[in-house]
Amino acid sequence: MFHSHGTRRSNAAARSSASGGLEGGGVGSPAASSASEGSSFRPSASTFWLLLHGLCCLISLFLGFRFSRLIFVLLFSNTIYTYTTTTTTTITSTRTETLTVSFPLTHTPPIETAVKPNNSALELSDKMSNQGSSHSQVVVGRHGIRIRPWPHPDPTEVMRAHRIIERVQQEQRKWYGVKSPRPLIVITPTYARTFQALHLTGLIHCLRNVPYPVTWIVVEAGGVTNETASLLARSRVQFLHIPFHEKMPVEWAERHLTENRMRLLGLRVIRERNMDGIVLFADDSNVHSLDLFDEIQKVQWMGSVSVGILAHSGGPDRTLLTEDEKLNPPIPVQGPACNSSGHLIGWHTFNSIPYSEKSATFVGESATVLPGKMEWSGFVFNARMIWKEAEDGRPEWVKDLDKIGENGEEIESPLALVNDASFVEPLGDCGKKVMLWWMRVEARADSKFPPGWIIDPPLEIVVPAKRTPWQESDDLAGSKLEQDDRRFTRPKSRSSSKRKNTLPGQDN
Amino acid sequence: MNDQRSAGDVLEDDPVGRLKVFVYELPLKYNKKIVGRDARCLNHMFAAEIFMHRFLLTSAVRTLNPEEADWFYTPVYTTCDLTPNGLPLPFKSPRVMRSAIQFISTNWPYWNRTEGADHFFLVPHDFGACFHYQEEKAIQRGILPLLKKATLVQTFGQENHVCLKEGSIIIPPYAPPQKMQAHMITPDTPRSIFVYFRGLFYDVGNDPEGGYYARGARASLWENFKNNPLFDISTEHPTTYYEDMQRAVFCLCPLGWAPWSPRLVEGVVFGCIPVIIADDIVLPFADAIPWEEIGVFVAEKDVPNLDTILTNIPIDVILRKQRLLANPSMKQAMLFPQPAQPGDAFHQILNGLARKLPHDKSIYLKPGERTLNWTAGPKGDLKPW
Repeated sequence: MFHSHGTRRSNAAARSSASGGLEGGGVGSPAASSASEGSSFRPSASTFWLLLHGLCCLISLFLGFRFSRLIFVLLFSNTIYTYTTTTTTTITSTRTETLTVSFPLTHTPPIETAVKPNNSALELSDKMSNQGSSHSQVVVGRHGIRIRPWPHPDPTEVMRAHRIIERVQQEQRKWYGVKSPRPLIVITPTYARTFQALHLTGLIHCLRNVPYPVTWIVVEAGGVTNETASLLARSRVQFLHIPFHEKMPVEWAERHLTENRMRLLGLRVIRERNMDGIVLFADDSNVHSLDLFDEIQKVQWMGSVSVGILAHSGGPDRTLLTEDEKLNPPIPVQGPACNSSGHLIGWHTFNSIPYSEKSATFVGESATVLPGKMEWSGFVFNARMIWKEAEDGRPEWVKDLDKIGENGEEIESPLALVNDASFVEPLGDCGKKVMLWWMRVEARADSKFPPGWIIDPPLEIVVPAKRTPWQESDDLAGSKLEQDDRRFTRPKSRSSSKRKNTLPGQDN
Repeated sequence: MNDQRSAGDVLEDDPVGRLKVFVYELPLKYNKKIVGRDARCLNHMFAAEIFMHRFLLTSAVRTLNPEEADWFYTPVYTTCDLTPNGLPLPFKSPRVMRSAIQFISTNWPYWNRTEGADHFFLVPHDFGACFHYQEEKAIQRGILPLLKKATLVQTFGQENHVCLKEGSIIIPPYAPPQKMQAHMITPDTPRSIFVYFRGLFYDVGNDPEGGYYARGARASLWENFKNNPLFDISTEHPTTYYEDMQRAVFCLCPLGWAPWSPRLVEGVVFGCIPVIIADDIVLPFADAIPWEEIGVFVAEKDVPNLDTILTNIPIDVILRKQRLLANPSMKQAMLFPQPAQPGDAFHQILNGLARKLPHDKSIYLKPGERTLNWTAGPKGDLKPW
């Protein structure tokens, strides 16, 4: 399915032009013109036409289609326009608009767009019906490339397309997805700190994309605060904001234990209200995949999924990895381990030995944060498992929730909720599929941030930062800031010293 | 549920017992030796001619007694002379076909009896039996004069076109069934791409300025929608092409140098609604598959408004099209599996042939009645092969 320039040329030259039938390209025009007009001239002029023909051929050889087509149109213009006046008028109107609009808009126009508008008139005049049968509406040959004047997406149409996609996905779920989905109850321990908005926003967006009804129990350490409340109020997820009357400790070890107690509080809330559904522990800084929510619908009583541990080091510390590991760094995974027949035989836990000297002790310290032995987020269970009345056949291997923690002992992992861990169901293809990742990234405990992450009133003084990422442009940065200042016509003088100024509206 | 059954009725007809096909035994130079020279012929989109031969050799409709045959099949592979790039050259095909017909007309009396009216041939090339890749040349040549009366089974179909004659059976191009099966993903993967297309917009080698290739429709697609986030279109060839189609709602099937394209087959198999942009195209098995109800047809002049057209389709129409596409008999009818399975494209071809039976008595020529001109056509075609 390829063409060669040569064949087209010879083909066109072989045909007579008297019938007016023309093939797109019209390379044979000089030959045609000389054939039709040579007969009316005296023989002495035929050599002149022959030379002209040769000259045109040479020029065509270098310039190709454009020159030859130009010649053809100029010579045959009267015949063509009378034939195609009706069609050209309608189409050229749209095309001329593109000439003015499309150029400024395209930043790097490809070669084709530069060429097309110039040749629009020529292309359209080339479009004639020819050897195709007389009934056929479809013409063979060169056609204009239709571009509408404003080739940009229309926002209403985009929204309609998204509604269509949503509806299609709903239908897909109805046909191929979980047959009778159960509502989810998500328990998240949190507290107000610098990165809380970052983590919670990610989690909110994730929960809003879950196609099942979600009830979100947010347990906040240090009582209910305005920051958290305002984030939750804007979230459009159905939530319960539960205060926990202890402040979050600064040491990581203590923090893990406090979080566990907060989660137990969440479980007690479920028990009191007899909430139904599947309980999932989503820590605010964890990352979840949407497959997770489909997978946990399969749980009967208690299930466990694999958690990828993203224990990062705060600084650029790479000495822990071997050469081989640098190429394929294995992400440690915590979760169920199965034998070949798919039965649970044990647990993969996090190997903390390589990090024993370099782990972080304080929140916000720039060292590796280590997870506990078994993370709560890797376990899901049926809410009926913790209900007071043992209705619906709560299995005997589950301990009663009231009896846990009453002696003040610390609950390390949800396995403390059960008598026999072998009844836990491994999910996610027996733990082979990792659908959530544990991560702890926190700023220093004493770091400041503007309340609600809103700076109100806006800053009035522009101060160059101590360290710009663009090393070479120190002068440029200075001059650009001056220009910005002039543009905004601020009469204030710029302070070029370090950040000693106290900015209004900041609490220090 | 009702929708699925009504669309698939005719597709499930069993041709066995409804017709008998006699397969001519041609010398190997017409078939086996050609494939032996280049095995790529078994994988490209014209491979149907080879697989149909293999299917018929072992099929239940085959008869070894030509006197009781309803149809006669000539196994000649005319689309297997490949360039180093893998594209078939049609320059020798008319001579090959002519030579094959000469062979069968001299060694068996059945061709001369009807001048080929009860014979069928597979010509899956770009413009069918016009045997050329360039449309103007193909139109100039027209269908090979010797095949004037025979039934042609081809992929090319365009209304009122010289290269589509009355009574031809349009088939889908060959797409490798195992390869597509290997890239299946679970059907509950949500379809998140609105419009998907991968392929050329400008054929820079043969039509650098655009306007010729695809009658400018593909170039128009690119210029209008390259910045539209709803349109996932590009010229790249990703390894996840089949998986991406299964995650898309609409798959574009614009014409190229010829109006047909394997994208139609891929769209139907992967449940992606095909958006057919080819004026006056005739789609495969149009008498058995309700294409209007499965796909979306867009005129080439309406391409700049494609986004408006697609977003204005009512949602229940879209859901209905997806339900029809999910019908397994529809997908099966587009494929050429080896070994053959009930309801596949081989069987649809036989069904089409069976629907043309019984032959009208007038096809049997009276003695002395001759209409075929054996010396018609360009001089180059008359050279023996």
